[in-house]
Amino acid sequence: MALDKIGIAKRIAKELQDGFYVNLGIGIPTLVANYIPEGMNVEFQSENGVLGMGPFPFEGDEDADLINAGKQTITTLPGASFFDSAMSFGMIRSQHVDLTILGAMEVSENGDIANWKIPGKMVKGMGGAMDLVASAENIIVAMMHVNKAGESKILKKCTLPLTGVGCVKKVVTELALMEITPNGFKLLERAPGVSVEEIIKATEAELIIEGTIPEMSI
Amino acid sequence: MINKKVANAQEALHDVQDNQTIMVGGFGLSGIPENSIAELVRKNITGLTCISNNAGVDDFGLGLLLQKRQIKKMIASYVGENAEFERQMLSGELDVELTPQGTLAEKCRAAQAGIPAFFTPAGYGTEVAEGKETREFNGKMYVMEEAYQADFAIVKAWKGDEAGNLIFKGTTRSFNAVMAGAGKITIAEVEELLPVGALDPNQIHIPGIYVKRIFQGEKYEKRIEQRTVRKRD
Repeated sequence: MALDKIGIAKRIAKELQDGFYVNLGIGIPTLVANYIPEGMNVEFQSENGVLGMGPFPFEGDEDADLINAGKQTITTLPGASFFDSAMSFGMIRSQHVDLTILGAMEVSENGDIANWKIPGKMVKGMGGAMDLVASAENIIVAMMHVNKAGESKILKKCTLPLTGVGCVKKVVTELALMEITPNGFKLLERAPGVSVEEIIKATEAELIIEGTIPEMSI
Repeated sequence: MINKKVANAQEALHDVQDNQTIMVGGFGLSGIPENSIAELVRKNITGLTCISNNAGVDDFGLGLLLQKRQIKKMIASYVGENAEFERQMLSGELDVELTPQGTLAEKCRAAQAGIPAFFTPAGYGTEVAEGKETREFNGKMYVMEEAYQADFAIVKAWKGDEAGNLIFKGTTRSFNAVMAGAGKITIAEVEELLPVGALDPNQIHIPGIYVKRIFQGEKYEKRIEQRTVRKRD
């Protein structure tokens, strides 16, 4: 069965490493914070200017002056810090943030990503995504494999305006985990109960498939 | 001490003119200069170019200026929360320059720091880089971006003193601290305006030299855009 959003978040959480500073994008990436492996210390950065982000506040404790980049009310953990937007992106560009997890509308086999604009229809803006993808060494995309019309979003070449070029390292969808190699998408794992054939069918790009593809453990 | 105190928003914004460029601090609806925005609405200043990370929501923040068509051009990184904005943009009524958030912050900081331009990797290979100089440093490609030139920077802080020193609270430092001093005239509105000597110099985020006028805001609604909570057990 294909993964739901929580399943995608749980699988991505297994990519976290002890001591990582992590930036989570809006949507599925935000859920990753709920599934940090036990005993692991990671610190979440939100680009509006906080390190050491904690869970949502208890009802009644919301503070309008304390939000994440998705404008959601948050809390801070002991050791947290606040800073301005220039310093926030300074630490992102200078690669002090170890891992960036964000959503996408399209990803291509050379690691291009599109997630900010559908010409003539939807223009929400890139927010911090362009800075993050241009700077991070380690970028994981959380996304759906196909759109609502059933068309693949895992492409040979992106059709939408790009957010960044040649930057994505890994993609986790409801169907599969893929790595982007110099030769294109390499299928590493399939979602529980999903066949390799189903993944190939849902993927417009060529998939590199070597040997038996293991099922993800969530 | 050079006294920066003015009585209210009306006095602080008395010389804002039509067709000027104004930086407006805050992130989303958090930490926005509510009283100054209300004064821009009241004065009905039009033809504005606004530099702000976001454009408010339909009925709050810069959305109030958009509703009355006071903004000619909006420079922002993310505008997804405002239906009226999206409508004006898609219909061509509003000129929009979408800028990566880190670039937007650095273009403010550069203005604040007297640096005319800088190179950033953000936007390389995308339409953001079209028409801009690009250059390779250490094997990686970068885009040249220029400092903003604004007539006013309007910021909001938690506490300030009559010398213009500012302290921010929580995540409201965001764009307020990078815009302070980045316009020809910086106006700061604060929740609490204190006499000089009341703030510890060790705790000042923005020194008063960057602030031309300071006033205590009459009231703050502090609207929350996305109220996310967890249940108490």
